[in-house]
Amino acid sequence: MIEFDNVHKAYRVNGREIPALKPTSLSIGAGEVFGLIGHSGAGKSTLLRLINRLEEPSGGRIIVGGVDVTALDSAGLRRFRRGVGMIFQHFNLLASKTVADNVAMPLRLAGERSPQAIAARVAELLARVGLADQADKYPAQLSGGQKQRVGIARALATQPKILLCDEATSALDPQTTAQVLRLLAEINRELKLTIVLITHEMDVIRRVCDRVAVIEDGVIVEQGRVADVFLHPQHPTTLRFVQEAEQIDEDAQRDDFAHVPGRILRLTFQGEATYAPLLGSVARETGVDYSILGGRIDRIKDTPYGQLTLALVGGDLEAALRRLRAADVHVEVLR
Amino acid sequence: MDAFFSNVDWYEIWLATLDTLLMLGGSLLFTVLLGLPLGVLLFLTGPRQLFQNRPLYGVLSLLVNMLRSLPFIILLIVMIPFTVLLTGTSLGVAGAIPPLVAGAAPFFSRLVETALREVDRGIIEATQAMGASTRQIIWNALLPEARPGIIAAITVTAITLVSYTAMAGVVGAGGLGDLAIRFGYQRFQTDVMVVTVVLLLVLVQILQSVGDRLVVHYSRK
Repeated sequence: MIEFDNVHKAYRVNGREIPALKPTSLSIGAGEVFGLIGHSGAGKSTLLRLINRLEEPSGGRIIVGGVDVTALDSAGLRRFRRGVGMIFQHFNLLASKTVADNVAMPLRLAGERSPQAIAARVAELLARVGLADQADKYPAQLSGGQKQRVGIARALATQPKILLCDEATSALDPQTTAQVLRLLAEINRELKLTIVLITHEMDVIRRVCDRVAVIEDGVIVEQGRVADVFLHPQHPTTLRFVQEAEQIDEDAQRDDFAHVPGRILRLTFQGEATYAPLLGSVARETGVDYSILGGRIDRIKDTPYGQLTLALVGGDLEAALRRLRAADVHVEVLR
Repeated sequence: MDAFFSNVDWYEIWLATLDTLLMLGGSLLFTVLLGLPLGVLLFLTGPRQLFQNRPLYGVLSLLVNMLRSLPFIILLIVMIPFTVLLTGTSLGVAGAIPPLVAGAAPFFSRLVETALREVDRGIIEATQAMGASTRQIIWNALLPEARPGIIAAITVTAITLVSYTAMAGVVGAGGLGDLAIRFGYQRFQTDVMVVTVVLLLVLVQILQSVGDRLVVHYSRK
């Protein structure tokens, strides 16, 4: 759906070239929720804005839905943009217009004149985002979560195939974030919409994304299925994001485990294995004793996973490791 | 009390008030008609804006600054040949309007530029992302969003114009200012002076409170 072929972008600041995105190739499939994570200034915002050419690329080609976006003239670009919705961290609603008029705006800009057609479409969109009763309010009268839902309704008005989300939940509290993410997942499922979102929170990625790319200093340092990247981060930056999300402090952990006897392992389960009664049977068969030092069982989008930190003492340790690995559990020996 | 107002010819006052209102209305209309597009142009060609254009912005900016730095009383006199060319006279309401517009439009256009700069860039970006053309961005996003600021600018400009119309009295424009100078000042008729000053004050108060109300109404907060 979205292809980046050696795309790069540099800004000119006081005559010096500042690279924002180094040559990058990337492929995002139709119907996919693709997450881009990075710290501020990493280039994720630039990458997102290159998709609908709010930023002009310095080089390379961007193909969206078979169309070479980089080759479009201004009329073609305007037409193309009507097929790409976008929502923003600070919502960017027009304070001077009512909720209904905000949602109607893309329709009016696209040349829709019939008031009945506009009213019907606006009502449908507001119902979808659960704001049917707020149509005549002004944005200033809404909460942050409601504003973002107006933003989503507005972005969907022209029935786009792609939705770009620019830090869409970063200005929201955790509960509202969860609601907005649920709405995005629902839209992705029901409208078969391709979603590209950027964030600095791994938790957002974990909840809605199918695939993720980690970006740092204008370079994608790691990408893959969310479960793989989340559970087995390879790059130090990715690892830091994951630890932030799980609130793990490695140094503190090492200190805590200093006087725990035995080998310390981290087990990672995915899918059905998460709920299987594995530990008990392994312990019985191999004679090892285990104590659980830490762990969590959660979901990555729709896939359950578990991660346990264990200390093992006594018995046949090697046999226990073999048994665990045979059961599709990812085992890391920490000490 | 009657003795104090003995010099006041209320019919004259009424005619002068009408003249002032006509000058104000006419010059405000043309000031907005000229200054608003000029302000939009200043904004669009300004640094880091949609149509950043340094030479054009520089020229416009210089022009606006020159007209603004000229004292209005001088502008009134310098403009006379041009005014005669435009309206056929340099006297009366018609003769006053060109210099009033020339004095107020540059000032108003700067206020418009500032009001437009107050519009969140994110809103422009969102409108661009919807596939809007530049004309659509101006009409559908920039101007509606800057409306409270533009109304405030019109209010300030109208009040400035009230004081300019009083000054225009000096070169024979008529109106309350003319009355104040000819009778109140030159003939020492303090009562006429008091009446004109009070009327001008009332006018300014009305303009300000109407403007404030409109700003609040359109701020949608």
